[in-house]
Amino acid sequence: MNPFEYQRVSSTEEAIRHIGAPIGTHGAKFLGGGTNLIDLMKLDVECPSVLVDITRLELTKVEPTANGGLMVGALVRNSNLANDPHVIEKYPLLSQALLSGASPQLRNMATTGGNLLQRTRCYYFTDTAFPACNKRVPGSGCAAIQGFNRIHAILGQTDHGPTSGESCIATNPSDMNVALTALGATIHVQSAHGKRSIPIADFHRLPGSTPQLDTNLKPGELITAVELPVSRFAKNSWYLKVRDRQSYAFALVSVAIGLEMDGNTILSAGMALGGVAHKPWRSLEAEQELAGAPATRQSIEKAADLALEGAKGYEHNVFKIQLAKQSIMRALTLAARGTTAGREA
Amino acid sequence: MPITALNPGQQKASGIASDGAKPAPKQLAMRYDARAKVTGTAKYAGEFRAPTDAVYAFVVQSTIPSGSIASIDQAAATKSSGVLAVITPFNAPKLPPANPQPPARRHITVLQEREIFYNGQPVAVVVARSLPEAIQAASLLRITYRQTAAKLRFRERLGEARPPKFPGREPAAQTRGDLAAAMSKGTVRVEQTYTTPYQHHNPMEPHATLAWWEGGKLNVYDSTQYIAGDCMTIARTLGIPTDNVHLECPYTGGGFGCKGSTWSHVILAAMAAKVVGKPVKLTLERPQMWGPVGGRPTTVQQIKLAATQDGKITGVQHDVIVHTSLMEDFLEPSADQTRMLYASEACATSHKMVDMNLGVATFMRAPGESTGTAALETAMDELALALKMDPVQLRLTNYAEKDPGSDKPWSSKHLRECYEQAGERFGWSKRNPQPASMREGNKLIGWGMATATYPANRSAAQALVRILTNGHAFVGCGSQDLGTGTYTIMAQTAGDTLGIDPRLVEAKLGDSTLPKAPASGGSQSAASICPAISAAAMQAKLKVAQLAINDPESPLHGAIVADISASDGRLFLSSSPGSSDSYADILSRNGGKPVEALGSTEPGEDSTAMSTHSFGAVFAEVAVDAETYMVEVRRIVATYDIGTLINDTTGINQLEGGIVWGVGFALHEESHLDETYGRYVNANLAEYHVPVNADIGKLDVTVLNIPDIKFNPLGARGIGEIGITGTAAAVGNAIFHATGKRIRNFPITLDKLMNA
Repeated sequence: MNPFEYQRVSSTEEAIRHIGAPIGTHGAKFLGGGTNLIDLMKLDVECPSVLVDITRLELTKVEPTANGGLMVGALVRNSNLANDPHVIEKYPLLSQALLSGASPQLRNMATTGGNLLQRTRCYYFTDTAFPACNKRVPGSGCAAIQGFNRIHAILGQTDHGPTSGESCIATNPSDMNVALTALGATIHVQSAHGKRSIPIADFHRLPGSTPQLDTNLKPGELITAVELPVSRFAKNSWYLKVRDRQSYAFALVSVAIGLEMDGNTILSAGMALGGVAHKPWRSLEAEQELAGAPATRQSIEKAADLALEGAKGYEHNVFKIQLAKQSIMRALTLAARGTTAGREA
Repeated sequence: MPITALNPGQQKASGIASDGAKPAPKQLAMRYDARAKVTGTAKYAGEFRAPTDAVYAFVVQSTIPSGSIASIDQAAATKSSGVLAVITPFNAPKLPPANPQPPARRHITVLQEREIFYNGQPVAVVVARSLPEAIQAASLLRITYRQTAAKLRFRERLGEARPPKFPGREPAAQTRGDLAAAMSKGTVRVEQTYTTPYQHHNPMEPHATLAWWEGGKLNVYDSTQYIAGDCMTIARTLGIPTDNVHLECPYTGGGFGCKGSTWSHVILAAMAAKVVGKPVKLTLERPQMWGPVGGRPTTVQQIKLAATQDGKITGVQHDVIVHTSLMEDFLEPSADQTRMLYASEACATSHKMVDMNLGVATFMRAPGESTGTAALETAMDELALALKMDPVQLRLTNYAEKDPGSDKPWSSKHLRECYEQAGERFGWSKRNPQPASMREGNKLIGWGMATATYPANRSAAQALVRILTNGHAFVGCGSQDLGTGTYTIMAQTAGDTLGIDPRLVEAKLGDSTLPKAPASGGSQSAASICPAISAAAMQAKLKVAQLAINDPESPLHGAIVADISASDGRLFLSSSPGSSDSYADILSRNGGKPVEALGSTEPGEDSTAMSTHSFGAVFAEVAVDAETYMVEVRRIVATYDIGTLINDTTGINQLEGGIVWGVGFALHEESHLDETYGRYVNANLAEYHVPVNADIGKLDVTVLNIPDIKFNPLGARGIGEIGITGTAAAVGNAIFHATGKRIRNFPITLDKLMNA
């Protein structure tokens, strides 16, 4: 672990002042729950020269908004968010996703903003002894492409071969992000230049030619809140997490589904996949296919196929394509049956 | 002394009725060390303080799998904050030539060579005032290597497999009977290949060593499973007399085999302490548990079974290939149990190994039997299916009434009762043999079973028992407690023999100045040290009895020794129980000093005339998701024949722990090797999957509790390892029964099920 400077701040303005330097390998970093950042610092993957501790900021509220949505402070702990009465009642999908992640101890520490910025579990990223990782050392290559790639991406990855300085097949490991994507959340950020809002679909990035960047957050920006739109999916939603053990494991594939139903007809759908791409994978084609369709096996299967169009697997993760299809179909079936009914199934 | 922690109401004495053995000892219902453990006062090696402030050492590891170190530029590291020393192969003190040998042998690399044998090999040690400073300085070392081609692809190198260079305890290859003839008699055959992955022990407490020198004498706190062996190996490696090493380890936070040997870091801590002239603390980081401290070899096992239509097995062939390091052969003897588990006309087994650029492997819970039963007991399930025979019936049909491998009688074997008892508790008779015949919604339900087995081992051991003037007692033995319950059974055994409430017995272990005990490995500690403790207690009791006999003031004056018994802290006459005298009174009238005796025992002479094994039957129920293939283990029912169970609390817990690991073996556990770089990619406890609570359904573990008094006077065989055996196959067989899919490559992950 590199020596670093530690600063505790007591206001958003002070936090923004201190972050000054760009968020990069040796810049300043905000410290929230620390469940990911501190681990990566111990591994020498993250080497910030300044840690700005924002945990004293007043960003810990969950409040209904005037237009019927919900505003979640960036420092709301994952446990509190999962168990918030508004969330349980109106956004059960989010609660379910949060509770499927990590362990109670980690959820008690992890913050909403921090979870948005959770970094990949790609082995080649987290172990500095591997020489090739474009995300950790831009331009160094991607050892995962020909390495052990069971947990890696099947959609939206950049693969110009293992030696290319742009290749990256890492995945975003968060459960919360997948649910937020299906729910159409908005991320509120603030910097010295003012405030702005980013739809979650534009918040996380695909690797493109700059896999070192996980998000479109600009240097010096602080996430202050996550806003959920008016709830449409409370009655028919499901988060399905498929993993190697019953708890405390990252998703091989996860599916967040929210449906607006009229009888057996799907009026509209929000759907995102986890564990398959560099960002929560949203398929507008699949959502459009579902809109207006009956909740039948046929339409569900068509939506699943559309969501996975263009998927490409590797030696150890090609199974994810079929697994994702079956998982989407299962989650859609359960969501259509109803949030509570699904829980009992 | 946690006496106050004990609740007298919990005291229980379960009687043993069979075989005319003496009643079971009064059990300590609560672990001797329970209070110390739950209040955090139990100290582990890395938590001790030396007489003066310790400094911290960090092991730097190679990042290439094969080649040599060309140079190490340590200029920046040496100048880094807090650094006291940077020790490398270029400046390390020279040690006597390595001579790995029993008892704690493992080839270790301690900066005496520049060759690199595996990725992760220790190549330097940085010593600093604090651990963060040591780690930071380590990252500043500039190491250049000369790389050579590495041997990392095991499955592609099977053709290079060779016999082990040195014989193990059992021969690597063995043939009994005319295999070809026996095979040809069988009309129903199974011929399959099974594989098991690289695994790494990862006890909760990582390896830790605190070492400091006082002149030529070395003091060490080390997390170990073998005090005496660790001492000997440290002394031999450093070239000092064994008596010059004082080693302590009052608690070991799990070991599972990886703390049965002395690894590089122990020597490096002692070396660093010498170099800086201060106490040095060296605790391995979790990722350092993959490589330099052993692991379980990966195996490829080919099994051929032939049987006649009535289920009689005629021939068995089990050929095993394991990986080994370039430094030392370590054999995972996966075919050993195949020689003794079932009767057959002929049986041929063999073990070969493939050299790999990986760290030295070592014993890991049930080395051989865990991987071996995973394969053999799956093959038996396949044979039962081919025969259209119930899997339990197949095992009964081929029940070995004596050890078919050695042709010796069993010291005691009640496996038949295990099948019956566990089968009954499980409800096996209601099983529909048809695979994929049970379904609940999206869940495919399956029932499977397997046989468990592990040898009963015993070694020479010594113990000291002291009767104190207040009527309490002390028992000391240089054994280890890995969380297994050694303290508990030591106090219990001494108390039982002395006739003193076990709650009044102080137990001490984990110190090289105590009488010698064997390694806590091979499930042998209880079976080895309890007879020694019992013998010591008997001698101490006799000494006090003699004092009473010679004491005119004692009601026992003039009695004959044979008539004297002990109970509740008193000696009394068997012929006249009203005549009694307490230990406290006898000692206070006779000099007021404690009385002590040393006990020393070893396996009986007739131990070589018998085959000594434990057995068990494991039944599992699983639910497999029909679309995601996630597997849920709903319940495991197991019954074991392990002789006398010395303590219910610690014993059942150990068996359950073994089963939990068996579930992990079946479903989760695997170190994934990057075959280009030779590094394990999932070297952390988030991604090295073992079962979590949610993975374990109901466990129903029972023991027959039939004493094996031919094995030792207590009738107790070891229980540390048998729980993991058979469990993986039982779970795999249940998955087959649920899905009709047979996965022969452990662990059985959902992708394998989906693709099958």
